[in-house]
Amino acid sequence: MRQGIFTITENALLAAGAYKMVLTGDTTDVAAPGQFVNIALPGRFLRRPISVCDRSEGRLTLLYKTVGKGTAQMAAMRPGDTLDVLTGLGNGFSLEEAGSTPLLAGGGIGAAPLYWLAKALIARGVRPHAVLGFNRAADVFYADEFAALGCAVTVATADGGAGVRGFVTDAMKGVSYSYVYACGPEAMLRAVWERTTGDGQFSFEARMGCGFGACMGCTRQTTAGPKRVCKDGPVFRKGEILWEA
Amino acid sequence: MSVTLCGVELDNPVIPASGTFGYGYEFAQYYDINCLGTFSFKGTTREPRYGNPQPRIAECAGGMLNAVGLQNPGVEKVIAEELPRLKKCFHKPVMANVSGFSVDDYAYTCERLDKEPQVGWLEVNVSCPNVHGGGMSFGTDPAAASAVVRAVKAVTTKPVIVKLTPNVTDIAAMARACEAAGADGLSLINTLQAMRIDLKSRKPLLANVTGGLSGPAVFPVALRMVYQVYEAVSVPIVGVGGVSSAEDVIEMMLAGAAAVEVGAANLTDPWACRDIVRALPGVMEKYGIEDLQDIIGGAHHG
Repeated sequence: MRQGIFTITENALLAAGAYKMVLTGDTTDVAAPGQFVNIALPGRFLRRPISVCDRSEGRLTLLYKTVGKGTAQMAAMRPGDTLDVLTGLGNGFSLEEAGSTPLLAGGGIGAAPLYWLAKALIARGVRPHAVLGFNRAADVFYADEFAALGCAVTVATADGGAGVRGFVTDAMKGVSYSYVYACGPEAMLRAVWERTTGDGQFSFEARMGCGFGACMGCTRQTTAGPKRVCKDGPVFRKGEILWEA
Repeated sequence: MSVTLCGVELDNPVIPASGTFGYGYEFAQYYDINCLGTFSFKGTTREPRYGNPQPRIAECAGGMLNAVGLQNPGVEKVIAEELPRLKKCFHKPVMANVSGFSVDDYAYTCERLDKEPQVGWLEVNVSCPNVHGGGMSFGTDPAAASAVVRAVKAVTTKPVIVKLTPNVTDIAAMARACEAAGADGLSLINTLQAMRIDLKSRKPLLANVTGGLSGPAVFPVALRMVYQVYEAVSVPIVGVGGVSSAEDVIEMMLAGAAAVEVGAANLTDPWACRDIVRALPGVMEKYGIEDLQDIIGGAHHG
Protein backbone atom coordinates (compact mmCIF):
# COMPACT_ATOMS: atom_id res chain seq x y z
CA MET A 1 0.00 0.00 0.00
CA ARG A 2 1.19 3.47 -0.86
CA GLN A 3 -0.31 6.91 -0.56
CA GLY A 4 0.16 9.22 -3.53
CA ILE A 5 -1.14 12.37 -5.11
CA PHE A 6 -2.45 11.63 -8.59
CA THR A 7 -3.30 14.11 -11.33
CA ILE A 8 -6.40 13.60 -13.45
CA THR A 9 -5.61 13.64 -17.18
CA GLU A 10 -8.99 12.45 -18.42
CA ASN A 11 -12.46 12.17 -16.83
CA ALA A 12 -15.24 11.52 -19.31
CA LEU A 13 -18.70 10.01 -19.50
CA LEU A 14 -18.43 6.50 -20.91
CA ALA A 15 -22.06 5.34 -20.85
CA ALA A 16 -25.17 6.23 -18.84
CA GLY A 17 -23.84 7.11 -15.38
CA ALA A 18 -20.46 5.45 -16.00
CA TYR A 19 -17.23 7.43 -16.22
CA LYS A 20 -13.65 6.78 -17.21
CA MET A 21 -10.95 8.54 -15.22
CA VAL A 22 -7.29 8.44 -16.16
CA LEU A 23 -4.75 9.47 -13.53
CA THR A 24 -1.00 9.91 -13.48
CA GLY A 25 1.11 9.26 -10.38
CA ASP A 26 3.16 6.64 -8.60
CA THR A 27 1.77 3.24 -9.63
CA THR A 28 4.60 1.18 -8.05
CA ASP A 29 2.28 -0.65 -5.66
CA VAL A 30 -0.46 -1.40 -8.19
CA ALA A 31 0.60 -4.98 -8.70
CA ALA A 32 -2.22 -7.14 -10.04
CA PRO A 33 -5.52 -6.94 -11.90
CA GLY A 34 -8.38 -7.10 -9.43
CA GLN A 35 -6.71 -4.79 -6.95
CA PHE A 36 -8.33 -1.49 -6.06
CA VAL A 37 -7.42 2.04 -5.01
CA ASN A 38 -9.04 4.11 -2.26
CA ILE A 39 -9.67 7.73 -3.12
CA ALA A 40 -10.00 10.63 -0.67
CA LEU A 41 -12.48 13.29 -1.81
CA PRO A 42 -12.61 16.81 -0.40
CA GLY A 43 -15.32 17.07 2.26
CA ARG A 44 -15.98 13.31 2.41
CA PHE A 45 -14.78 11.45 5.50
CA LEU A 46 -14.30 7.97 4.04
CA ARG A 47 -12.30 7.15 0.94
CA ARG A 48 -13.98 5.65 -2.16
CA PRO A 49 -12.73 2.20 -3.14
CA ILE A 50 -12.55 1.85 -6.94
CA SER A 51 -11.11 -1.13 -8.81
CA VAL A 52 -8.27 -0.61 -11.25
CA CYS A 53 -9.39 -0.99 -14.89
CA ASP A 54 -5.93 -0.61 -16.36
CA ARG A 55 -2.43 0.28 -15.30
CA SER A 56 0.74 1.19 -17.07
CA GLU A 57 3.89 2.80 -15.70
CA GLY A 58 2.72 5.97 -13.91
CA ARG A 59 -0.80 5.74 -15.31
CA LEU A 60 -4.04 4.38 -13.88
CA THR A 61 -7.41 3.96 -15.55
CA LEU A 62 -10.49 3.75 -13.34
CA LEU A 63 -14.08 3.19 -14.44
CA TYR A 64 -16.75 4.22 -11.97
CA LYS A 65 -20.47 4.59 -11.77
CA THR A 66 -22.10 7.59 -10.11
CA VAL A 67 -24.07 6.00 -7.28
CA GLY A 68 -23.91 8.69 -4.60
CA LYS A 69 -22.52 12.07 -3.65
CA GLY A 70 -18.89 10.94 -3.63
CA THR A 71 -18.86 9.49 -7.11
CA ALA A 72 -20.91 12.48 -8.37
CA GLN A 73 -18.14 14.67 -6.96
CA MET A 74 -15.58 12.58 -8.85
CA ALA A 75 -17.58 13.02 -12.05
CA ALA A 76 -17.41 16.81 -11.67
CA MET A 77 -13.59 16.82 -11.45
CA ARG A 78 -11.51 18.13 -14.36
CA PRO A 79 -8.18 17.27 -15.95
CA GLY A 80 -5.43 18.87 -13.88
CA ASP A 81 -7.29 18.30 -10.59
CA THR A 82 -5.44 16.13 -8.07
CA LEU A 83 -6.58 13.28 -5.83
CA ASP A 84 -5.10 11.66 -2.71
CA VAL A 85 -5.09 7.94 -3.51
CA LEU A 86 -4.10 4.83 -1.55
CA THR A 87 -2.88 2.29 -4.10
CA GLY A 88 -2.05 -1.40 -4.06
CA LEU A 89 -5.09 -2.54 -2.06
CA GLY A 90 -6.58 -6.03 -2.15
CA ASN A 91 -5.28 -9.35 -3.38
CA GLY A 92 -6.14 -9.27 -7.09
CA PHE A 93 -6.84 -12.15 -9.46
CA SER A 94 -4.52 -15.10 -9.77
CA LEU A 95 -3.79 -15.89 -13.43
CA GLU A 96 -2.22 -19.33 -13.07
CA GLU A 97 -5.46 -21.32 -13.12
CA ALA A 98 -7.03 -19.66 -16.18
CA GLY A 99 -6.57 -22.55 -18.62
CA SER A 100 -6.78 -21.85 -22.33
CA THR A 101 -10.23 -20.24 -22.59
CA PRO A 102 -11.29 -18.50 -19.37
CA LEU A 103 -14.65 -16.76 -19.15
CA LEU A 104 -14.70 -13.20 -17.83
CA ALA A 105 -18.15 -12.43 -16.44
CA GLY A 106 -18.73 -8.73 -15.78
CA GLY A 107 -21.90 -7.25 -14.34
CA GLY A 108 -22.22 -3.51 -15.01
CA ILE A 109 -19.30 -1.52 -13.62
CA GLY A 110 -17.87 -4.89 -12.48
CA ALA A 111 -16.47 -5.21 -16.00
CA ALA A 112 -13.79 -2.64 -15.08
CA PRO A 113 -11.17 -4.85 -13.37
CA LEU A 114 -11.74 -7.61 -15.95
CA TYR A 115 -10.24 -5.36 -18.63
CA TRP A 116 -6.75 -5.35 -17.09
CA LEU A 117 -7.23 -9.05 -16.31
CA ALA A 118 -8.05 -9.74 -19.98
CA LYS A 119 -4.95 -7.82 -21.03
CA ALA A 120 -2.77 -9.79 -18.60
CA LEU A 121 -4.25 -13.12 -19.69
CA ILE A 122 -3.77 -12.33 -23.39
CA ALA A 123 -0.15 -11.42 -22.63
CA ARG A 124 0.22 -15.01 -21.36
CA GLY A 125 -1.14 -16.41 -24.60
CA VAL A 126 -4.60 -17.11 -23.23
CA ARG A 127 -7.73 -16.07 -25.15
CA PRO A 128 -10.52 -15.09 -22.75
CA HIS A 129 -14.19 -14.75 -23.59
CA ALA A 130 -15.75 -11.66 -21.99
CA VAL A 131 -19.46 -11.79 -21.19
CA LEU A 132 -20.59 -8.33 -20.15
CA GLY A 133 -24.03 -7.74 -18.68
CA PHE A 134 -25.85 -4.40 -18.49
CA ASN A 135 -29.39 -3.18 -17.89
CA ARG A 136 -29.90 -1.27 -21.16
CA ALA A 137 -28.06 -0.48 -24.40
CA ALA A 138 -27.25 3.00 -23.05
CA ASP A 139 -25.32 1.41 -20.16
CA VAL A 140 -22.99 -0.63 -22.34
CA PHE A 141 -19.31 0.28 -22.22
CA TYR A 142 -15.93 -1.21 -23.12
CA ALA A 143 -17.32 -4.01 -25.38
CA ASP A 144 -15.16 -2.65 -28.20
CA GLU A 145 -12.16 -2.20 -25.92
CA PHE A 146 -12.33 -5.84 -24.79
CA ALA A 147 -12.66 -6.92 -28.45
CA ALA A 148 -9.68 -4.76 -29.41
CA LEU A 149 -7.54 -6.67 -26.91
CA GLY A 150 -8.37 -9.87 -28.77
CA CYS A 151 -11.14 -11.20 -26.53
CA ALA A 152 -14.30 -12.85 -27.77
CA VAL A 153 -17.05 -10.57 -26.44
CA THR A 154 -20.72 -11.25 -25.75
CA VAL A 155 -22.92 -8.45 -24.47
CA ALA A 156 -26.17 -9.08 -22.61
CA THR A 157 -28.78 -6.47 -21.69
CA ALA A 158 -31.68 -7.10 -19.35
CA ASP A 159 -34.11 -5.30 -21.70
CA GLY A 160 -32.67 -6.81 -24.87
CA GLY A 161 -31.67 -3.40 -26.24
CA ALA A 162 -28.21 -4.67 -27.18
CA GLY A 163 -26.73 -8.14 -27.59
CA VAL A 164 -28.35 -11.11 -25.91
CA ARG A 165 -31.57 -10.40 -24.02
CA GLY A 166 -31.17 -11.32 -20.38
CA PHE A 167 -28.42 -11.57 -17.79
CA VAL A 168 -24.77 -12.58 -17.92
CA THR A 169 -25.84 -16.12 -17.09
CA ASP A 170 -28.12 -16.19 -20.17
CA ALA A 171 -25.24 -15.03 -22.36
CA MET A 172 -22.98 -17.72 -20.82
CA LYS A 173 -25.19 -20.50 -22.18
CA GLY A 174 -23.40 -22.36 -24.94
CA VAL A 175 -20.03 -20.77 -24.19
CA SER A 176 -17.44 -23.36 -23.29
CA TYR A 177 -14.76 -22.17 -20.91
CA SER A 178 -11.84 -23.46 -18.89
CA TYR A 179 -12.29 -21.23 -15.82
CA VAL A 180 -14.40 -18.29 -14.60
CA TYR A 181 -13.40 -14.83 -13.42
CA ALA A 182 -16.39 -12.77 -12.30
CA CYS A 183 -16.95 -9.27 -10.95
CA GLY A 184 -20.26 -7.51 -10.43
CA PRO A 185 -23.16 -7.08 -8.02
CA GLU A 186 -23.61 -9.83 -5.44
CA ALA A 187 -26.80 -11.25 -7.04
CA MET A 188 -25.00 -11.56 -10.37
CA LEU A 189 -21.94 -13.19 -8.75
CA ARG A 190 -24.17 -15.67 -7.02
CA ALA A 191 -26.01 -16.55 -10.25
CA VAL A 192 -22.70 -17.09 -12.05
CA TRP A 193 -21.33 -19.07 -9.08
CA GLU A 194 -24.39 -21.36 -9.08
CA ARG A 195 -24.20 -22.04 -12.81
CA THR A 196 -20.45 -22.58 -13.04
CA THR A 197 -19.44 -26.22 -13.01
CA GLY A 198 -15.70 -25.64 -13.00
CA ASP A 199 -13.55 -23.50 -10.74
CA GLY A 200 -13.23 -19.75 -10.66
CA GLN A 201 -12.52 -16.51 -8.85
CA PHE A 202 -15.13 -13.95 -7.85
CA SER A 203 -14.47 -10.32 -6.98
CA PHE A 204 -16.77 -8.72 -4.41
CA GLU A 205 -17.91 -5.22 -3.58
CA ALA A 206 -18.40 -4.03 -0.02
CA ARG A 207 -18.96 -0.91 2.01
CA MET A 208 -15.53 -0.37 3.48
CA GLY A 209 -14.21 1.65 6.36
CA CYS A 210 -10.47 1.61 5.81
CA GLY A 211 -9.79 -0.56 2.74
CA PHE A 212 -6.59 -2.04 4.18
CA GLY A 213 -7.70 -4.58 6.75
CA ALA A 214 -7.91 -2.60 9.99
CA CYS A 215 -11.55 -2.00 10.81
CA MET A 216 -13.40 -5.29 10.09
CA GLY A 217 -16.10 -3.22 8.38
CA CYS A 218 -16.29 -5.34 5.21
CA THR A 219 -15.99 -8.85 6.67
CA ARG A 220 -17.86 -11.72 5.00
CA GLN A 221 -18.17 -15.30 6.12
CA THR A 222 -16.25 -17.91 4.10
CA THR A 223 -15.65 -21.64 4.38
CA ALA A 224 -12.33 -20.74 6.03
CA GLY A 225 -13.90 -18.36 8.56
CA PRO A 226 -14.47 -14.61 8.49
CA LYS A 227 -12.49 -12.76 5.81
CA ARG A 228 -12.05 -9.11 5.00
CA VAL A 229 -13.16 -8.18 1.48
CA CYS A 230 -10.59 -5.35 1.40
CA LYS A 231 -7.53 -7.28 2.55
CA ASP A 232 -8.17 -11.03 2.10
CA GLY A 233 -10.23 -10.21 -1.05
CA PRO A 234 -11.79 -8.62 -2.97
CA VAL A 235 -11.16 -11.75 -5.05
CA PHE A 236 -12.30 -15.02 -3.47
CA ARG A 237 -11.99 -18.58 -4.76
CA LYS A 238 -15.20 -20.27 -5.79
CA GLY A 239 -14.81 -22.93 -3.11
CA GLU A 240 -14.43 -20.54 -0.19
CA ILE A 241 -17.49 -18.40 -0.91
CA LEU A 242 -20.57 -18.62 1.32
CA TRP A 243 -23.79 -16.81 0.51
CA GLU A 244 -26.17 -15.29 3.03
CA ALA A 245 -29.49 -17.10 3.07
CA MET B 1 6.43 14.32 25.27
CA SER B 2 6.23 11.57 27.88
CA VAL B 3 3.20 11.15 30.13
CA THR B 4 2.24 8.68 32.83
CA LEU B 5 -0.91 6.60 32.57
CA CYS B 6 -1.89 4.76 35.77
CA GLY B 7 1.73 4.58 36.83
CA VAL B 8 3.07 3.34 33.50
CA GLU B 9 5.17 5.78 31.50
CA LEU B 10 4.33 6.43 27.84
CA ASP B 11 6.87 8.02 25.47
CA ASN B 12 4.03 10.19 24.21
CA PRO B 13 0.27 10.42 24.83
CA VAL B 14 -0.80 9.11 21.39
CA ILE B 15 -2.70 5.80 21.49
CA PRO B 16 -4.55 4.27 18.49
CA ALA B 17 -8.03 3.36 19.72
CA SER B 18 -9.42 -0.14 19.88
CA GLY B 19 -11.09 -1.39 16.72
CA THR B 20 -9.20 0.93 14.41
CA PHE B 21 -5.76 -0.64 14.74
CA GLY B 22 -6.34 -4.40 14.78
CA TYR B 23 -3.55 -6.12 16.70
CA GLY B 24 -0.99 -3.67 15.34
CA TYR B 25 0.63 -5.67 12.58
CA GLU B 26 -1.55 -4.33 9.76
CA PHE B 27 -0.03 -0.93 10.53
CA ALA B 28 3.48 -2.20 11.30
CA GLN B 29 3.77 -2.96 7.58
CA TYR B 30 3.52 0.77 6.90
CA TYR B 31 5.50 2.36 9.76
CA ASP B 32 7.35 1.45 12.96
CA ILE B 33 4.48 1.44 15.45
CA ASN B 34 6.95 1.67 18.35
CA CYS B 35 6.76 5.44 17.83
CA LEU B 36 3.35 5.30 19.55
CA GLY B 37 2.73 5.76 23.26
CA THR B 38 0.92 2.43 23.14
CA PHE B 39 -2.17 1.15 21.32
CA SER B 40 -5.42 -0.45 22.37
CA PHE B 41 -5.97 -3.70 20.52
CA LYS B 42 -9.19 -4.95 18.96
CA GLY B 43 -11.98 -5.53 21.49
CA THR B 44 -11.66 -9.08 22.75
CA THR B 45 -14.40 -11.30 24.13
CA ARG B 46 -14.46 -14.67 25.87
CA GLU B 47 -15.81 -16.51 22.80
CA PRO B 48 -15.01 -15.82 19.13
CA ARG B 49 -17.45 -13.44 17.47
CA TYR B 50 -18.27 -12.98 13.80
CA GLY B 51 -19.98 -9.66 14.46
CA ASN B 52 -22.93 -8.11 12.66
CA PRO B 53 -24.23 -8.75 9.12
CA GLN B 54 -23.35 -6.43 6.23
CA PRO B 55 -23.45 -3.54 5.71
CA ARG B 56 -21.50 -2.49 8.79
CA ILE B 57 -20.19 0.88 7.61
CA ALA B 58 -21.87 4.15 6.68
CA GLU B 59 -20.64 7.69 6.24
CA CYS B 60 -21.86 11.11 7.34
CA ALA B 61 -20.63 14.68 7.33
CA GLY B 62 -17.47 14.78 9.40
CA GLY B 63 -17.38 11.12 10.29
CA MET B 64 -18.58 7.60 9.92
CA LEU B 65 -20.83 4.99 11.51
CA ASN B 66 -19.76 1.45 12.25
CA ALA B 67 -21.72 -1.55 13.42
CA VAL B 68 -18.95 -4.15 13.35
CA GLY B 69 -20.26 -5.79 16.52
CA LEU B 70 -17.02 -6.86 18.22
CA GLN B 71 -15.75 -9.27 15.58
CA ASN B 72 -12.76 -11.00 17.17
CA PRO B 73 -11.27 -14.49 17.38
CA GLY B 74 -11.94 -14.86 21.13
CA VAL B 75 -9.49 -14.54 24.02
CA GLU B 76 -7.86 -17.98 23.64
CA LYS B 77 -6.89 -17.32 20.04
CA VAL B 78 -5.88 -13.75 20.80
CA ILE B 79 -3.42 -15.06 23.42
CA ALA B 80 -2.22 -17.98 21.30
CA GLU B 81 -1.97 -16.26 17.92
CA GLU B 82 -2.43 -12.50 17.94
CA LEU B 83 -0.23 -11.54 20.91
CA PRO B 84 2.85 -13.46 19.69
CA ARG B 85 2.46 -11.72 16.32
CA LEU B 86 1.95 -8.37 18.03
CA LYS B 87 5.09 -8.90 20.11
CA LYS B 88 7.21 -9.06 16.95
CA CYS B 89 6.21 -5.57 15.84
CA PHE B 90 5.47 -3.76 19.12
CA HIS B 91 7.88 -3.79 22.04
CA LYS B 92 6.07 -1.67 24.60
CA PRO B 93 3.22 -2.52 26.98
CA VAL B 94 -0.03 -2.74 25.02
CA MET B 95 -3.56 -1.90 26.13
CA ALA B 96 -5.88 -4.92 26.10
CA ASN B 97 -9.46 -3.95 25.22
CA VAL B 98 -12.05 -6.34 26.64
CA SER B 99 -15.79 -6.63 26.20
CA GLY B 100 -18.37 -9.09 27.42
CA PHE B 101 -21.97 -10.17 27.78
CA SER B 102 -21.97 -10.89 31.50
CA VAL B 103 -19.97 -9.82 34.56
CA ASP B 104 -18.40 -13.27 34.51
CA ASP B 105 -17.34 -12.81 30.85
CA TYR B 106 -15.52 -9.61 31.66
CA ALA B 107 -13.78 -11.11 34.68
CA TYR B 108 -12.74 -14.26 32.78
CA THR B 109 -11.34 -12.44 29.75
CA CYS B 110 -9.56 -9.81 31.85
CA GLU B 111 -8.04 -12.44 34.12
CA ARG B 112 -6.62 -14.28 31.10
CA LEU B 113 -5.16 -11.14 29.51
CA ASP B 114 -3.86 -9.79 32.84
CA LYS B 115 -1.39 -12.69 32.93
CA GLU B 116 0.14 -11.73 29.58
CA PRO B 117 3.42 -9.85 30.13
CA GLN B 118 2.82 -7.65 27.06
CA VAL B 119 -0.37 -6.24 28.52
CA GLY B 120 0.19 -2.96 30.36
CA TRP B 121 -3.41 -1.94 30.96
CA LEU B 122 -6.82 -3.52 30.67
CA GLU B 123 -9.34 -1.30 28.93
CA VAL B 124 -12.75 -2.56 29.94
CA ASN B 125 -15.27 -1.68 27.25
CA VAL B 126 -18.69 -1.25 28.85
CA SER B 127 -19.70 0.93 25.94
CA CYS B 128 -19.97 -0.96 22.63
CA PRO B 129 -23.25 0.27 21.09
CA ASN B 130 -23.39 -2.48 18.45
CA VAL B 131 -24.00 -5.66 20.43
CA HIS B 132 -27.15 -6.75 22.15
CA GLY B 133 -27.28 -7.81 25.77
CA GLY B 134 -23.68 -6.76 26.40
CA GLY B 135 -21.26 -3.91 25.90
CA MET B 136 -23.12 -0.66 26.34
CA SER B 137 -25.88 -2.14 28.50
CA PHE B 138 -23.26 -2.33 31.28
CA GLY B 139 -22.09 1.19 30.66
CA THR B 140 -25.44 2.95 30.90
CA ASP B 141 -26.25 1.74 34.41
CA PRO B 142 -23.90 2.81 37.24
CA ALA B 143 -24.69 -0.33 39.27
CA ALA B 144 -23.99 -2.68 36.34
CA ALA B 145 -20.75 -0.87 35.47
CA SER B 146 -19.65 -1.03 39.11
CA ALA B 147 -20.32 -4.75 39.21
CA VAL B 148 -18.12 -5.29 36.14
CA VAL B 149 -15.32 -3.14 37.57
CA ARG B 150 -15.38 -4.88 40.97
CA ALA B 151 -15.35 -8.32 39.36
CA VAL B 152 -12.46 -7.41 37.07
CA LYS B 153 -10.44 -5.74 39.82
CA ALA B 154 -10.83 -8.84 42.03
CA VAL B 155 -9.01 -11.06 39.50
CA THR B 156 -6.43 -8.74 37.95
CA THR B 157 -3.21 -6.92 38.89
CA LYS B 158 -2.76 -4.47 36.01
CA PRO B 159 -4.37 -1.03 35.87
CA VAL B 160 -8.02 -1.23 34.83
CA ILE B 161 -9.26 1.59 32.58
CA VAL B 162 -13.01 1.62 32.02
CA LYS B 163 -14.13 2.82 28.59
CA LEU B 164 -17.33 4.82 28.93
CA THR B 165 -20.18 5.41 26.52
CA PRO B 166 -21.43 8.90 25.72
CA ASN B 167 -24.95 7.50 25.34
CA VAL B 168 -25.94 8.43 28.89
CA THR B 169 -27.63 11.37 30.54
CA ASP B 170 -24.92 11.92 33.13
CA ILE B 171 -21.42 10.81 32.19
CA ALA B 172 -19.99 12.20 35.43
CA ALA B 173 -22.23 9.91 37.48
CA MET B 174 -21.03 6.89 35.48
CA ALA B 175 -17.44 8.01 35.95
CA ARG B 176 -17.86 8.40 39.72
CA ALA B 177 -19.48 4.97 39.99
CA CYS B 178 -16.57 3.32 38.16
CA GLU B 179 -14.00 5.17 40.25
CA ALA B 180 -15.78 4.15 43.45
CA ALA B 181 -15.79 0.52 42.27
CA GLY B 182 -12.02 0.60 41.91
CA ALA B 183 -11.29 1.71 38.32
CA ASP B 184 -7.71 2.92 37.96
CA GLY B 185 -8.58 5.11 35.00
CA LEU B 186 -11.34 5.97 32.56
CA SER B 187 -11.34 6.29 28.78
CA LEU B 188 -14.02 8.25 27.00
CA ILE B 189 -15.86 8.39 24.76
CA ASN B 190 -16.88 5.33 22.80
CA THR B 191 -19.01 6.01 19.71
CA LEU B 192 -22.34 7.83 19.75
CA GLN B 193 -25.34 5.73 18.80
CA ALA B 194 -26.48 6.89 15.37
CA MET B 195 -28.14 5.81 12.12
CA ARG B 196 -28.59 6.50 8.40
CA ILE B 197 -31.49 5.63 6.11
CA ASP B 198 -31.08 4.68 2.45
CA LEU B 199 -33.37 6.84 0.33
CA LYS B 200 -33.77 4.24 -2.41
CA SER B 201 -34.75 1.30 -0.20
CA ARG B 202 -36.27 3.57 2.52
CA LYS B 203 -34.63 1.29 5.06
CA PRO B 204 -31.86 1.75 7.63
CA LEU B 205 -28.56 1.63 5.80
CA LEU B 206 -26.81 -0.48 8.44
CA ALA B 207 -28.00 -4.07 8.83
CA ASN B 208 -27.82 -3.54 12.60
CA VAL B 209 -30.14 -0.51 12.12
CA THR B 210 -27.94 1.64 14.39
CA GLY B 211 -24.21 2.08 14.54
CA GLY B 212 -21.62 4.08 16.43
CA LEU B 213 -20.68 7.54 15.18
CA SER B 214 -17.00 8.48 15.23
CA GLY B 215 -14.69 10.92 13.51
CA PRO B 216 -14.13 14.67 13.78
CA ALA B 217 -17.90 15.23 14.18
CA VAL B 218 -17.78 13.81 17.72
CA PHE B 219 -14.63 15.62 18.91
CA PRO B 220 -16.42 18.53 20.66
CA VAL B 221 -18.78 16.07 22.40
CA ALA B 222 -15.86 13.97 23.60
CA LEU B 223 -13.99 17.06 24.73
CA ARG B 224 -16.99 18.28 26.73
CA MET B 225 -17.38 14.90 28.43
CA VAL B 226 -13.67 14.64 29.27
CA TYR B 227 -13.92 18.14 30.77
CA GLN B 228 -16.94 17.15 32.91
CA VAL B 229 -15.45 13.85 34.02
CA TYR B 230 -12.16 15.54 34.97
CA GLU B 231 -14.11 17.63 37.47
CA ALA B 232 -15.90 14.56 38.83
CA VAL B 233 -13.06 12.07 39.45
CA SER B 234 -9.39 11.98 40.39
CA VAL B 235 -8.29 8.92 38.36
CA PRO B 236 -6.53 9.58 35.04
CA ILE B 237 -8.63 10.00 31.91
CA VAL B 238 -7.85 8.84 28.38
CA GLY B 239 -9.55 11.24 25.97
CA VAL B 240 -11.07 9.57 22.90
CA GLY B 241 -13.31 10.80 20.10
CA GLY B 242 -12.61 12.41 16.76
CA VAL B 243 -8.98 13.26 17.53
CA SER B 244 -7.12 13.73 14.25
CA SER B 245 -4.29 16.21 14.84
CA ALA B 246 -1.62 17.15 17.36
CA GLU B 247 -3.70 20.24 18.17
CA ASP B 248 -6.64 17.98 19.05
CA VAL B 249 -4.34 16.01 21.40
CA ILE B 250 -3.35 19.21 23.22
CA GLU B 251 -6.99 20.32 23.42
CA MET B 252 -8.03 16.96 24.91
CA MET B 253 -5.24 17.21 27.48
CA LEU B 254 -6.28 20.74 28.42
CA ALA B 255 -9.79 19.36 29.02
CA GLY B 256 -8.33 16.80 31.40
CA ALA B 257 -6.94 13.84 29.44
CA ALA B 258 -3.69 12.25 30.65
CA ALA B 259 -3.38 10.46 27.29
CA VAL B 260 -5.34 10.52 24.06
CA GLU B 261 -6.69 7.81 21.78
CA VAL B 262 -7.02 8.27 18.04
CA GLY B 263 -9.68 6.17 16.29
CA ALA B 264 -11.39 6.87 12.98
CA ALA B 265 -8.44 8.92 11.70
CA ASN B 266 -6.43 5.68 11.37
CA LEU B 267 -8.96 4.37 8.87
CA THR B 268 -8.80 7.24 6.40
CA ASP B 269 -5.07 7.83 6.87
CA PRO B 270 -3.06 4.77 7.95
CA TRP B 271 -0.17 7.03 8.97
CA ALA B 272 -2.35 9.39 11.07
CA CYS B 273 -0.93 8.43 14.48
CA ARG B 274 2.69 8.50 13.31
CA ASP B 275 2.10 11.95 11.86
CA ILE B 276 0.43 13.20 15.05
CA VAL B 277 3.42 12.00 17.11
CA ARG B 278 5.77 13.75 14.67
CA ALA B 279 3.76 16.99 14.74
CA LEU B 280 3.41 17.11 18.52
CA PRO B 281 6.79 18.75 19.43
CA GLY B 282 6.17 21.57 16.95
CA VAL B 283 2.68 22.23 18.30
CA MET B 284 3.99 22.10 21.90
CA GLU B 285 6.63 24.66 21.01
CA LYS B 286 4.08 26.87 19.28
CA TYR B 287 1.94 27.00 22.42
CA GLY B 288 4.84 27.23 24.86
CA ILE B 289 4.37 23.75 26.34
CA GLU B 290 7.54 22.21 27.80
CA ASP B 291 6.08 19.21 29.62
CA LEU B 292 2.77 17.67 28.57
CA GLN B 293 2.13 16.55 32.15
CA ASP B 294 1.79 20.24 33.06
CA ILE B 295 -1.16 20.91 30.77
CA ILE B 296 -3.47 18.05 31.84
CA GLY B 297 -6.72 19.69 32.88
CA GLY B 298 -5.19 23.09 32.18
CA ALA B 299 -8.51 24.50 30.96
CA HIS B 300 -9.98 24.07 34.44
CA HIS B 301 -7.49 26.21 36.30
CA GLY B 302 -8.45 29.61 34.83
